[in-house]
Amino acid sequence: MSVEGEQRTIRCLVAKVGLDGHDRGAHVIARAFRDAGFEVIYSGLHNAPDEIVQAAVQEDVDVLGISILSGAHGTLVPKVIEGLEEYGAMDDTLLIVGGVIPDDDKAELEELGVAEVFGPGTELETTIEFVRENVRDRR
Amino acid sequence: MTEKSAGEVEPGREPPGSTVATAEPEFDVDALVENLLAGEHRALARAITYIEDRTPGYRQLVGELHEHTGDASVVGITGSPGTGKSTLVDKLALEYRDRGETVGVIAVDPASPFTGGAVLGDRIRMGSTVGDMDVFVRSMSARGALGGLAAATADAVRALDAFGKDRIIIETVGAGQNEIDVVRTADTVAVLVQPGAGDDVQMLKAGILEIADCFVVNKADLDGANRTVQELTEMLQLERDVDPIVRTGHHGADEVEDSQSDTEESHDESADADPEEWRTPVVETVATHGEGVDAVIEAFDDHRTYLADSGALEDRARSRYAEEIRTLLREDLGTLLEAEIEDRGGIEGLAADVHRRETNPYAVADELLDPIRDCVADNRD
Repeated sequence: MSVEGEQRTIRCLVAKVGLDGHDRGAHVIARAFRDAGFEVIYSGLHNAPDEIVQAAVQEDVDVLGISILSGAHGTLVPKVIEGLEEYGAMDDTLLIVGGVIPDDDKAELEELGVAEVFGPGTELETTIEFVRENVRDRR
Repeated sequence: MTEKSAGEVEPGREPPGSTVATAEPEFDVDALVENLLAGEHRALARAITYIEDRTPGYRQLVGELHEHTGDASVVGITGSPGTGKSTLVDKLALEYRDRGETVGVIAVDPASPFTGGAVLGDRIRMGSTVGDMDVFVRSMSARGALGGLAAATADAVRALDAFGKDRIIIETVGAGQNEIDVVRTADTVAVLVQPGAGDDVQMLKAGILEIADCFVVNKADLDGANRTVQELTEMLQLERDVDPIVRTGHHGADEVEDSQSDTEESHDESADADPEEWRTPVVETVATHGEGVDAVIEAFDDHRTYLADSGALEDRARSRYAEEIRTLLREDLGTLLEAEIEDRGGIEGLAADVHRRETNPYAVADELLDPIRDCVADNRD
């Protein structure tokens, strides 16, 4: 009956930020995470960075996955990071970004604290494995 | 940044066989409680995580929070998928905020029994209050295997209560016993129904009817809303007629002030009922437009007044705690027995023995329980 000692359930927030209506990728990843046994909170479309921060803090997620295909990652992601830092949540939240991100920007985002950027064509298994291996120990 | 202190204690996996009750906390309980009571959102969020995960130490945590609870009014909202629960909760939260009250929401969604995974989508519908940290929304999955969803919800409600939320809303899909147990954590339970849900109304007879303190017919702008309201009202009427003695018997002679005035949204016409008896109202709403939300809140408040005046509030709380104590004991004993089973080579071995007709289930159970029985008998004074 008790499952103490087993792997703890990983909670993820899959978020779409800004004026970007392409959510197929977010849906696919949300589903893949679910099937991997994660608890996935999906934000829906068109969220402001503040809203994402609020959801990430309240839901106390292990992983925040932001999907951006609009090219606005340079503005939106830093705002999310700022917000997470304000609540002291940046250190133990694994922040990953998916979508269309040019290589140069990728390095910049990783500099800011994004753990990994997953571009088009990434195998779902790769992302899931990455999350499993890199999720922060939060005790 | 002081909130981080909550996470500083190093892990240290619980030794196999020990129960959660006896395990060393894996986090700094006092610091977390202090930060939570100081109003730090992250501490509240983390506390709920520990409660959900049953991280060793969560018992001390909930134990310490308990004395700070009791001030919030707790409402449970249930109904079939698609009836508009999340939307209504969103509008309720908005209305409460307009009235200057703080709100906590626990949204429970089903989890896959196979992978344990879940997509918790209630947040999508809760857009009215984003950016307002005084609405604390937490999604929980029914991690069914533990059977402890109701317990975890009750504890999460405690955390929100201790944090100082004025209003706490528990939202769940009313699909089974598990979910019904969850909404029982609330003082007031609202069941959502949508028009044209003929089968739904039929289904209600089977058990949800009893737990509803208020019916909400959402999407009341759709065809068939009147009919649904009528059906519900008739059903409630029938229910009352069946057992008038049971419901009114013990306080028939009491002089009670006529505190329960019928709200105008109540479709109940019988005027001869005992004034101290709660008459389940049927309220119509169009949650997407916020129509009828006032009336729902009024019904909730009426119900709470009724509970307080009739003493049922305390009765309910006490019977909840009694149930909680029993559940905890069952759970702890279960854990203890699991350890015993492991010690004897695991449940598969025992099951195989039974299958080979070498022994039988009763003998196995007795064998496992006897040492515990003896131990209890020896230690009883």
